[in-house]
This record gives sequence, C-alpha cells and structure tokens, in this order.
Amino acid sequence: MKEYKTINEVSGPLIFVEKTEPVGYNELVYIKLEDGTTKRGQVLDTSKDIVVVQVFEGTGGLNRSCGVRFTGETIKLPVSIDLLGRILSGSGDPLDGGPRIVPEDRIDINGAAMNPYARKPPEDFIQTGISTIDGMNTLVRGQKLPIFSGSGLPHNDIALQIARQAKVPGSEEAFAVVFAGMGITNEEAQTFMQDFERTGALERAVVFLNLADDPAVERLITPRLALTAAEYLAYEHNMHVLVVLTDLTNYAEALRQMGAAREEVPGRRGYPGYMYTDFSTIYERAGVIKGRKGSVTQFPILSMPGDDITHPIPDLSGYITEGQIVVSRDLHRKGIYPPINVLPSLSRLMNSGIGEGKTREDHKAVSDQMYAAYAEGNDLRGLVAIVGKEALSERDRKFLEFADMFEDQFVRQGRDEDRDIDTTLEIGWNLLAELPEAQLTRIDSETIAKYHPAHRAK
Amino acid sequence: MEVKGTIYRIAGPVVTVIDVPTKMYDVVKVGNEGLMGEVIGIEGDKSTIQVYEDTSGIAPGEPVENTGMPLSVELGPGLLESIYDGIQRPLPVLMGLMKSDFIERGVTAPGLDRDREWEFTPVVIKGTEVKGGDIIGTVPETHIEHKIMVPPTVSGVVDDIKSGSFKVTDCICTLADGTELTLMQKWPVRAPRPSRKKLMPNIPLITGQRILDGLFPLAKGGTAAIPGPFGSGKTVTQQQLAKWSDTEIVVYIGCGERGNEMADVLNEFPELADPKTGKPLMERTVLIANTSNMPVAAREASVYTGMAIAEYYRDMGYDVSLMADSTSRWAEAMREISSRLEEMPGEEGYPAYLSARLSEFYERAGRVDTLSGLTGSVTVIGAVSPPGGDFSEPVTQNTLRIVKVFWALDAKLSQKRHFPSINWLESYSLYLDLLSDWYNEQVSPKWLQLRGDAMEILQKESELQEIVQLVGSDALPEDQQLTMEVARMLREIFLQQNAFHPVDTFCTMEHQYGLIKAILKYSDMANNALESGVPLEDIISVKSKDDLSKVKFEKELDEELDKVLATMDNEFETMREAVK
Repeated sequence: MKEYKTINEVSGPLIFVEKTEPVGYNELVYIKLEDGTTKRGQVLDTSKDIVVVQVFEGTGGLNRSCGVRFTGETIKLPVSIDLLGRILSGSGDPLDGGPRIVPEDRIDINGAAMNPYARKPPEDFIQTGISTIDGMNTLVRGQKLPIFSGSGLPHNDIALQIARQAKVPGSEEAFAVVFAGMGITNEEAQTFMQDFERTGALERAVVFLNLADDPAVERLITPRLALTAAEYLAYEHNMHVLVVLTDLTNYAEALRQMGAAREEVPGRRGYPGYMYTDFSTIYERAGVIKGRKGSVTQFPILSMPGDDITHPIPDLSGYITEGQIVVSRDLHRKGIYPPINVLPSLSRLMNSGIGEGKTREDHKAVSDQMYAAYAEGNDLRGLVAIVGKEALSERDRKFLEFADMFEDQFVRQGRDEDRDIDTTLEIGWNLLAELPEAQLTRIDSETIAKYHPAHRAK
Repeated sequence: MEVKGTIYRIAGPVVTVIDVPTKMYDVVKVGNEGLMGEVIGIEGDKSTIQVYEDTSGIAPGEPVENTGMPLSVELGPGLLESIYDGIQRPLPVLMGLMKSDFIERGVTAPGLDRDREWEFTPVVIKGTEVKGGDIIGTVPETHIEHKIMVPPTVSGVVDDIKSGSFKVTDCICTLADGTELTLMQKWPVRAPRPSRKKLMPNIPLITGQRILDGLFPLAKGGTAAIPGPFGSGKTVTQQQLAKWSDTEIVVYIGCGERGNEMADVLNEFPELADPKTGKPLMERTVLIANTSNMPVAAREASVYTGMAIAEYYRDMGYDVSLMADSTSRWAEAMREISSRLEEMPGEEGYPAYLSARLSEFYERAGRVDTLSGLTGSVTVIGAVSPPGGDFSEPVTQNTLRIVKVFWALDAKLSQKRHFPSINWLESYSLYLDLLSDWYNEQVSPKWLQLRGDAMEILQKESELQEIVQLVGSDALPEDQQLTMEVARMLREIFLQQNAFHPVDTFCTMEHQYGLIKAILKYSDMANNALESGVPLEDIISVKSKDDLSKVKFEKELDEELDKVLATMDNEFETMREAVK
C-alpha cells in the first residue's frame, strides 16, 4: 500500500491529498502523524489528481508531512456474536479494556438498501409496559419510532425503561439491545451503563459510545456501526434487536459541521440539503425480512431545539420514521412521568400490531375514543381559562375531568412499573366509564356491551 | 453504438467522466461494475453523470460506456402486477439475481420478462395502413386487455402479421419497409407520449371517499395535490384512492417512501380484491418503489418512469390514475443533485428549474383523444410533504399553482381521530363547474345545491366556533346551536369515513347523496320544529339522529336510511303534536 506524503491543504476536518493512483469513493484512509499515532478518515471526493478526505479523529496535530495511506476498501465493522456485552467507542474500538473482536465477518458499515420486496410488513406487537405507548402509540417489531424530546426532559429514562421492559408477550425469542450514544455527555453515558449493569441488560447489549468531547466527525459513523452490528445479530443470529440511538440532534449537528467544512450550499437552517437522504440511510435500516427470524427495531432519541417540532431535524425525521413519541414539557412540569403527550404522538404501524389475536379486539376503539376525548378535554382547558369552569355544560365538564384523570392515571406510571396490555386497556376503560355512555361514539355497541365496566358488572 | 471513456471524478452520486462523447440524458454505464447513470451536464470533454446506484469504492480511471440511448422504459405486456424500482428494474427479479434481501450494485434486469409468452391476437390484416399509436392486436395481460400499438414514431403498411404465442421481443408484425414490430416498445421517460388532442376534464373520478367525491371532486385527467404534514394520514388517503378510484389502471409511485410502508403496499395490494371485478387489485396495478434510502438519482427518475407507463396505458384508451408519493421527495432529489452539481440555488436551496419541472410533470396529466382515436386519461394525484407543515415552502407553492384540486390534510384533525383528516375549509376543487352537467345527469339536479348548503353550514360552524371559544356554546341562540349540531352531524356522519370498515370504506355517489340529503332533511325539520316551539333539547335528542350516524356502516344502506328517515318523520310529527 502506497503512502502519500502529499497533503496539500488542511481545512477543518478535511484534508486534500494529491495522488497518482486511482482512489475509490468512500474508501477508508489511514493518516500517520509525525508522533506515530494514526488517524482514520474517509474519501469524500476523488478525482484524477486530488482526493478530499474527512478525518474522523479531527485534524489536530496534522501537517503537510503526514503520511496518507488509502486502504482500497470502504469502512467495515468486524462482527461476531461476541459483540454482545461489549462497550466500544464511536468508531468501534473496545473501551471496556477487553480484547479486540475476533471477527466472524467484516461488514461494510454503510449497509445496502433493503429490497422493498424482501421486506415483511411489521406486525408483531412489542409490549413496552408503558401505557401511553402500548395503549395509544403501539410499537411493533421492525418499526422505527423516535422519541422527540427537549433538553431537560426525562427521555433517557423512558428509553431505558423501554430497553428494560420491551418484550413480545408469549414469545421467548432471543432479544438484544444495541445502544449508540452520539455526542452524549459522560454523565449520561454512565447513567445508561449503570442501568444496563444494574439490570443485567449489558449481557445482551452492544454499546457504542461517542461522547461529547469525542470528534464530531466520528458521530457520522457511530450510528452506522451500531446498525451494522444490529443487522448482523438480527439476520445472522436470528435475534430481535432493539436499537437505541441517542441523540440524533448531535448527529445532525455533525452533519452540518461537515457540510460547512466542505463549503456546500446549505439548506434549511444551514443543514445540508441531503440531510433527508442521509437520515433515511440510518432510519431505513429498521425492518423485518421475509423468511428470516430476526428483526431490527429502532428507538432513536432526538432533542428538538427550542421544543420546536418543525425544526428540520424532527421534521425530516418524522417523514422517515413511522411516527413519533413526543415528550411534553407541560406534563413534565406537572410532575407526571413518563411525560408523553399522546396528542402529537403517533405510531403509524399501530393498526397492524393491534387487535384480535395480537393485543385485544377492543384496543383500537379504546385508543381512538381516548384520543378523541382527551383532545376535546384538552381544548376545553383553553376555554376554561377564559370563561371559567361554571360556564361549561355538564357534558363539557365531564370531558375536562376526563383529561385530568387521563393524565393522572393513564399517562402517569412508575419508572419500574411494567404494565401489561390488559392492565393498560383496563385503566382506559375505567376512565372512559366516567364519560356518559352516549358520548362514546368511537366504540361500537357490541364492544361497549362486552367491555364497558358498567355492563360487565351486571 | 457504444463509446468508451474513463472516470475523472466522483463525489457521491455525481460522477464526472472524460473522453466520451455524450448527449444530454444519455444512459451511461459507469465503472467496472457498469453502474447505470444518466448524463446531466456537459462541459468541454467532460460529462457530468448522475448515477442510480451507490458509488462507494468506484475510482477515477475506471471505464465508462455510453449506450447512446436516453433513459427509457420498456412498454409491453407484463407491466401490470410488476413491482419496479425507480428505473424499472423489477424488484422481485433483482432479489433472485442478487441472491440477497438487499439491493446490491451493478445488477440489471430488463423491465419486462423476456421468457414469458403472451397470446397475441391481431386486429389488422396484411395491407392495412398503420401509423403511430394504431392498435395492431391484443394480448390478455390480466383481466385487462393489453392493446399492442405501433410505436408513435413508426408508420407504414402491414406486410405480415402473426398470431399466436410470443415473447415480448419476438417479431409479430412486419411493415412493407421492413420495420419489425414486437410486443414491446421503448419510450424515453422524460418525453411525453403524443396524443391527438387534449379534452376538457368533465367526468369526475369516483373514489368512494365522501369528502373527496362529495365536496372536492377530482376530474378524470385532472391533477390534485395532497399536502400533509407528517402524521396527518396522507398515506392512508392515497392508498384508499389507489384501491377505490374508478380507473382501469393504477400506477403507484412510492418516491422516497418508507420501506415498511412500501412493504405494506406490496403485501396488501396482491391480497386486495378489486371491488368491481372481484379479481386481485394487483392485476391492474403497476407499483414503483424507490424508498428513501435507495439511490437518490433513481428517485428523481421514478416519477417519469411511472408517468411513461401511465401514458402508455392511456394510449390504449384506459383511464389511469397515477399516485406519486411524495413529490416533495422527488423535489428533494432534484435539490440534492443540483447541489452536488454546484448549481446556483433558488429558493431554499431548490434548483431554479423546480417550478418548470413540476409543471412539465403535471401537464402530462389529461384526458385525451389518443393517436388511434380512443379516449383515455391520466389523472395525477401528487402528495406533497411540506416541511413543518408550512404551505409557503417552494414545492407546495409551485405545485398549488399548477394543480386544480387541493385536499388539505390536517394533523389537528388526525389528532382528534377525524379520518380522512382532510380540512373541509381549506380544501378546494376547481372542477365543480366543469362537472356540473355530469352531476345533474348522473346523481341528481339537486346535488350541487345540497353540496353548497352543506358547505355553508360547515363554514358557519367555523365562524360560530370562534364565538363559542369565547363565551361557551350555551350562550349561543338556539338556532345557532342547532346549526352547530347539524355541522357536527355533517362532520361525523358525512365527512368521517372509516377506511378499515368493510362497508364504510367505499361510499357510492348515490349513497353520498342519500346521506347528505338525510342530514339536511333533519336540519330543515329541526329548524321548523324549533320555530314552532319544540324545545331544542328534544330536537337534538331524537333517536333517529343517533341512528343516522350508524347507517353508513350498514350493508343495506338504502333500506336502513329509509327506515331512519321514516322514524325521523314520526318523531318530529310527535314533537310538533306535543307543542300544539
């Protein structure tokens, strides 16, 4: 392998190298510094005489006399079943003091797009034990369902609770968690690690950590490493893999940083115009394949800058992911955990994962009715602020009360409270029973007769 | 003619090649693996190419071959029931060829199966003079009869015509000048297929969706946009349209769509029965799936591929509906490629030619007299996904300038579980006048009047709603409270429709007329009763009103509706008696 000493220019995280031999696009590059350390990079642009390389570990300490070697292959992750239980850096090196992974295979981290025809539509209900998710925004295997949160909100606790409790009722199939931290603080990382260790979850987890003080460019490969590991475990070892990616906002910031360094034409708010496509190459790696046992389910976390759901990061994510779980500051202020606001939350695959034989036949009706009633009660709160409770009709007052009870009994639950789907629906019915029966317009009369507490009692 | 050159530079999907003469939009095979690409710029001896596959690992110096042909689709029997990617590679075939569940590079497969044989029956004889677009025979493709046409650029006298079983590439007809015609023809996707004349769109596209057919109709050959912020039920609405609209052929383009959603479509369509024939819906459908993580250049091409196929069936005299979900993703593909080309950006980074491309695309819709004298149509329904639900963004604005129907999906409605969550105050249709004759003849001369009345009540409701927000509903005068109640009925009974309910999922024009008439009849009777002194509470709590809300779920809708109306008459009669 030829070593070039022809760095022409260093600019931010990029180096421009003159060369003579052809160099492939996206190739992995090693850069040897004068002090003997090696950095890694990736080819961004290659032409007859000059190559642009982005350096993952940052360009600090680089100068024009550094040696550059082009490896002739794209970045690959060494994979093996021994990945389970390991903690790796954002670029895949062991952080836990353990040995290097002895690879069974080396897989290109960019992954290929799944043939849409090979996909199996996700339909297996995953019980997270959290009522607002199971009852009203049901998660299914192979889905990508992000948590849209804001700074200072307990999204990490929710993610941990899900990672801990998630299961497919009645199924004993192998299950694993792949965790990728992108630009998270050391403190956050420790919280995750401690919880993993406390619950013994680490044994069936693979952890990739790119911390806040690690190079931003490295963040661009961290989620891809994690997903490559996840796909390997899912499709080669038939495991059901839950991938927790946090925090996608830091990833997008790194993307913007790279775009600026490459002097690209910026899109909305300075983020690159290809951010949608770039996001899709991460999110779309969730799924189930016909004829294979494993699955990849994604639970990305992203904090919305200024709690703004129209910000490009949550906005573009929402177009790719199959719904979103929105964490609300208002509910958090009211002291409710988990502060999930069901109104803007959505699970697009919910309908294929619920109903008879999956959860319960009344699931959809209960969920729709609660949505409608809570939305109405919530609207009435605005009215009450103006005219006072007295001005409301009897009916409206019921809905107002419903909204309060809904938050207190259905939304609120303990951090270790693992509610099964029957419990969740039961709480739902008890709340709905507080409303006049004639107002339950989203539930057909047969279902009411069968499940409504007033009828069952008879 | 194939000419070879070499790669000069690679940056993502954009590759610059040198030493190979090219024309704009020629298809080029790039690198050792022969990745497919298209020429999108020429400068000196360098050509810029957008490559439809991932370019990782490709290096400068690798060979380039120019095929000398623009990006084309293969048109012929076998299109129906197919599932293609953005450049007409059949996905199930690719899966076999690549021996992988993932899309690998450098594998191509023809759009039409080369081995399958089709039963060809000629309709012309030796000596017939034929010109471009003329039908020379038929093939039973599915239950749809595929008409084999002379390619638009060819004409002559039939010298020999065969009959029997043929593969798509077999010669079935020879013209006097020696031109051989096959079951298959090729057409460059970016060029509209010619027709004799465009007709006025004055026949509605019946979709069975009440808010669409009833309030904001789309004409056959017309254009519609469905903009919707995410989570507003856009995809379900589009799938409902694909399933139920009364066109013979459906072309569904998943352009930059989610993989799982596409998988859902790919799985659901083959299982769906066509309401008219009882046969699988797939038998009259062509699916194009280029998910968001598949190469961006192929996404850009996908809408044209779909359009060329739609026009081809239109030329056979069929009504075709083309759904593009989502044109925003297509526009983003244009933006991405434009920015790789370092073009001067227009608004929000989109290329300056965005508006021109959008209008060119939508203008390919239309009801036409085909070259062979038949009538066919392509109706285009494009989804737009405005970022942040902001309708002032360039893609939505440029689309709205072109399309005639706007179905405004509203996330607020979907949060309230009002489906289809199309906002009745913001949506519009500019086809109402053109369609009025059809309604008068086919539905009822009263239809447009009823529709107008219903819209007025809904409009009034939104005005009253503002007052209610301030003072509460009890403060309104009784007649206005009644208006609110009728508006609520219109919303819950007429506008809300359950796509997953076996009966409610499709509602005929006749039933729509029945429902709206019944609601407005209640409104009239209630207002009369109120005037004659019946208490508002009694009027609102009549049983027939509750029954009316359930009628739409009944199989025997007509009978049930008659029953409810009879009850309603009785109830109001009794109430009037009581106050006399």
